[in-house]
Amino acid sequence: MSKEYVTAREISGPLLVVDHIEGAKYNEIVRIKAADGSIKNGQVLEVDGDRALIQVFEGTSGLNLGQTKIRFLGRGVEVGLSPSILGRIFDGSGRPIDGGPSVIPDKQKDINGNPMNPYARDYPSEFIQTGISAIDGLNTLVRGQKLPIFSGSGLPHAQIAAQIARQAKVLGKEEKFAVVFVAMGITFEEANFFISDFRKTGALERSVMFVNLANSPVIERIAAPRFGLTAAEYLAFDLGMHVLVILTDMTNYCEALREISAARKEVPGRRGYPGYMYTDLATMYERAGRIKGKKGSITQIPILTMPEDDKTHPIVDLTGYITEGQIFLSRNLFQQAIYPPIDVLPSLSRLKDKGIGEGKTREDHPDVLNQLFAAYARGREVRELAVVLGESALTKTDLIFVRFADEFEQKFVKQGEYENRSIEETLDIGWELLSMLPVSELKRVRPQFIKKYLSKYTKEENVKDVA
Amino acid sequence: MKEKIGRVVKVSGPLVVAEDIPQAEMYEMVYVSDKKLFGEIIEIKGNRSSIQVYEDTSGVGPGEPVYTTGQPLSVELGPGLIGSIYDGVQRPLDKLLKKYGDFVVRGAYEPALDRSKKWLFNPVVHKGDLLKTGDVIGEVQETPVIMHRILVPVGIEGKITDIIEKKEVTVEDVVAKIETTQGIKEVKLYQQWPVRIARPVLKRLPPDAPLITGQRVIDAFFPIAKGGTACVPGPFGSGKTVIQHQLSKWSDADIIIFIGCGERGNEMTDVLMEFPELTDPRTGRPLMERTILIANTSNMPVAAREASVFTGITMGEYYRDMGYNVALMADSTSRWAEAMREMSGRLEEMPGEEGYPAYLASRIASFYERAGRVVILGSKEKQATLSVIGAVSPPGGDLSDPVVQSTLRTVRVFWSLDAQLAYARHFPSIHWLRSYSLYADMLSDFYKKEMGEEWIDMRQEAMRILRRESELQEMVRLVGIDALSPKDRLIMETSRSIREDFLQQNAFMDIDTYTSLKKQYRMMRLIHLFHKLSMEALNKGVSLDKIISLPVRVDISRAKLIPENEMEKFDAVEKEIHNSFDNLVKEVQNV
Repeated sequence: MSKEYVTAREISGPLLVVDHIEGAKYNEIVRIKAADGSIKNGQVLEVDGDRALIQVFEGTSGLNLGQTKIRFLGRGVEVGLSPSILGRIFDGSGRPIDGGPSVIPDKQKDINGNPMNPYARDYPSEFIQTGISAIDGLNTLVRGQKLPIFSGSGLPHAQIAAQIARQAKVLGKEEKFAVVFVAMGITFEEANFFISDFRKTGALERSVMFVNLANSPVIERIAAPRFGLTAAEYLAFDLGMHVLVILTDMTNYCEALREISAARKEVPGRRGYPGYMYTDLATMYERAGRIKGKKGSITQIPILTMPEDDKTHPIVDLTGYITEGQIFLSRNLFQQAIYPPIDVLPSLSRLKDKGIGEGKTREDHPDVLNQLFAAYARGREVRELAVVLGESALTKTDLIFVRFADEFEQKFVKQGEYENRSIEETLDIGWELLSMLPVSELKRVRPQFIKKYLSKYTKEENVKDVA
Repeated sequence: MKEKIGRVVKVSGPLVVAEDIPQAEMYEMVYVSDKKLFGEIIEIKGNRSSIQVYEDTSGVGPGEPVYTTGQPLSVELGPGLIGSIYDGVQRPLDKLLKKYGDFVVRGAYEPALDRSKKWLFNPVVHKGDLLKTGDVIGEVQETPVIMHRILVPVGIEGKITDIIEKKEVTVEDVVAKIETTQGIKEVKLYQQWPVRIARPVLKRLPPDAPLITGQRVIDAFFPIAKGGTACVPGPFGSGKTVIQHQLSKWSDADIIIFIGCGERGNEMTDVLMEFPELTDPRTGRPLMERTILIANTSNMPVAAREASVFTGITMGEYYRDMGYNVALMADSTSRWAEAMREMSGRLEEMPGEEGYPAYLASRIASFYERAGRVVILGSKEKQATLSVIGAVSPPGGDLSDPVVQSTLRTVRVFWSLDAQLAYARHFPSIHWLRSYSLYADMLSDFYKKEMGEEWIDMRQEAMRILRRESELQEMVRLVGIDALSPKDRLIMETSRSIREDFLQQNAFMDIDTYTSLKKQYRMMRLIHLFHKLSMEALNKGVSLDKIISLPVRVDISRAKLIPENEMEKFDAVEKEIHNSFDNLVKEVQNV
């Protein structure tokens, strides 16, 4: 049926240029047969007259000019989906690598998907309890959100992601729940950590994994997250499951993108990354969400390691502009043996306001959150001042704030890797800490809540003053 | 219309090059391939035209047809715009949802204005009347708060030869005929206008009244005028979007146009779900009845993002031409500029700064210049305004970014968002020392009239204290707080009070989210009074610690929670302040 071409003209990095072709379409998939008979897949990046530019997913090693046979398949990259993908492990091109049989698909879907109609979206407002105080209490995660972890090399982001996957639940509900895990260019050990953790906790049966390791073809890194997200959309919106997608490590993804861009000789943007990186990242991150009238949801936790802990790096920056907040890990806290080393001040959950408070978590949650933030920020500021001037230069109130900041890190932020705190426990720890402060400083909390909750930790007459 | 055909020769993402398009014109709208993907000609070289396609081009290849329309990219203007949600090229997303499902598929099309909906048309002119461009022919009650005026389209002038009675019509029915020098022209409820061309006005005027936003830091310190321009740059997480949402909720414009340009889908959903629930403090009606939404989220095609700001501002101009005060919010113009950069890169144009095209600054300027206070066309010479507020998202919050710099050269108000303030949860995180408003002086007559002569002085005094605080903070960092004189420490305390009790405002607390000018004035007066009496008391020998620990300070800090209809509570607090100081001074004198 379709013609086979042997007219490859140029091979450069992951790219292949083919001449004298007819009827090639943009983005269509091609099958490439190398001289030794091995089969590779590719995708058309550009067609110009009778010439096509193809990116080869498995890398171009072993290809030559003259003997390489190229066939255009006339369709985009698709993935075969069925409920039996749960519990399976695939590579970055969607082929099983767990020794199991190939999936008999119920449905074929293009991995690029279509953008969700903003009008069809349902606003994420269901609180997900992760059992981690720094997240639940201050940077609350909700269903359908995309909340990345901004980490650095050597920091325990994998443990935190695994802890979230293990503990995440919506209060008072038992629902179908699945994890889609996409590994992009990470080491075998790191991937193995997730696989064995999922296996140990029984999460593996409700997981789908797409694994592209550090030594797998770079170009597959571009496709892997799209396979994962297409699978997630299928599980969420066709099968009605609540899906948590973990994407790690986005930094490797962006580097793969840069590699291809450089091979195409495109005009580079900041730090050599292509100008369309924002749009490219958005087409993945924006696939999180909920749809009105559909049961399922997609919640994304992308992980990225900030090169040199630099948060103005384009990868971090562009991600932050697309995602609905971020969880920052701090090397400083990590060095003080605080796990999870979450720096709550630059961390943020944009969707928290609709997911907390009466009927969602607890009535006092918004006020406690604001007060803890403000007090910790002041404590940190004064603590830095004390480093310069010495503690003797501080006022009595300032000293209280310094102590507050220390205690906050030790009691609120710090917790065990297997410690699963309920939201009540988290808020109660918050109140216990706030009781250290003079009541007149609790400006962000409504008086009725001070009366109701603070009395547990402080003398009656202090609270009376407020009313 | 579509008999003229060209042929695709090259496809590279959203850029398609076609050959032999007959009479190709710059910015002409075309349909690519039989999938009817909608695009615009952006470059012509010999017989080759470059087309930016507003949809995903997967599966398109050389040899496929390109259909011309002979028209530039235009929007439909008529009743039914208000309350709608469109994508960047004015496709109604609610109708696409019904027709195509939860995802936006390619080639989806629905007319922007509902063709079957009946509107009650009420003529206001008679047969034989002589009309000019921009004159009102009749009215349609578009929503309970907006009277849609049907105007004589641009370029038409003459005698009415035919006008229908008051009756229900669709947007496509002819409601009037006008005899012009070029023959008889038909007028319908809707008209079309090319988005890249500004709609004409009679005359432009300098702004003279503020756009009241109910946001204390803006109204009191950095006001934007009706017909003015403002930009809000800030790093991610500094609250740009919340500010844009607050302005579109509470500002006292008649019509709000909100463009979500390359931003998050969930944020648009937030607006969509919240606006119908919220009521406009002035009319008591749902905010959606005065709002048009344009949503081109970051994952929607990049070329349509480029068009979205023009689509929005054209609609804004149309309502301005009816005599309304319109405010337009664009979130974020950086995404728009990036879309320009992406297309420019694919066209292989010579890049300017940071890879942005060399025409970045002029494009940005031409967008903001469409704002203004104007005398609209028509024989009545009425005035109307179009205000534009653009968010900018510079990489890493770096204000030297070309988009920020080009924007600052054009706009008159700069609200600088600060990440440090945001981390400390000081919202809105508009930095009081770095922001500016070039309208402040122009508007001082208005403020004097509305809020009294002393308002200007109080505001300047507050600014002076804030500025002094930052100097003192430097000093404290070097030598410690003890080295400051009691008066300087008082300044630090007052300044903290201005920051925490006045500038900070909680958008998510019902009572705090909007503050009337009157309440702003009363709040400021409390802080001002306390500061003045503290200074006097210090002079009389009262110790600063006694002043700081006065319980009435808690009342000042909670003044933001006083409801708008209980202004008398401010009198009580003021009285309490006077009493507290009388007692302190008496104590000292008795000793």
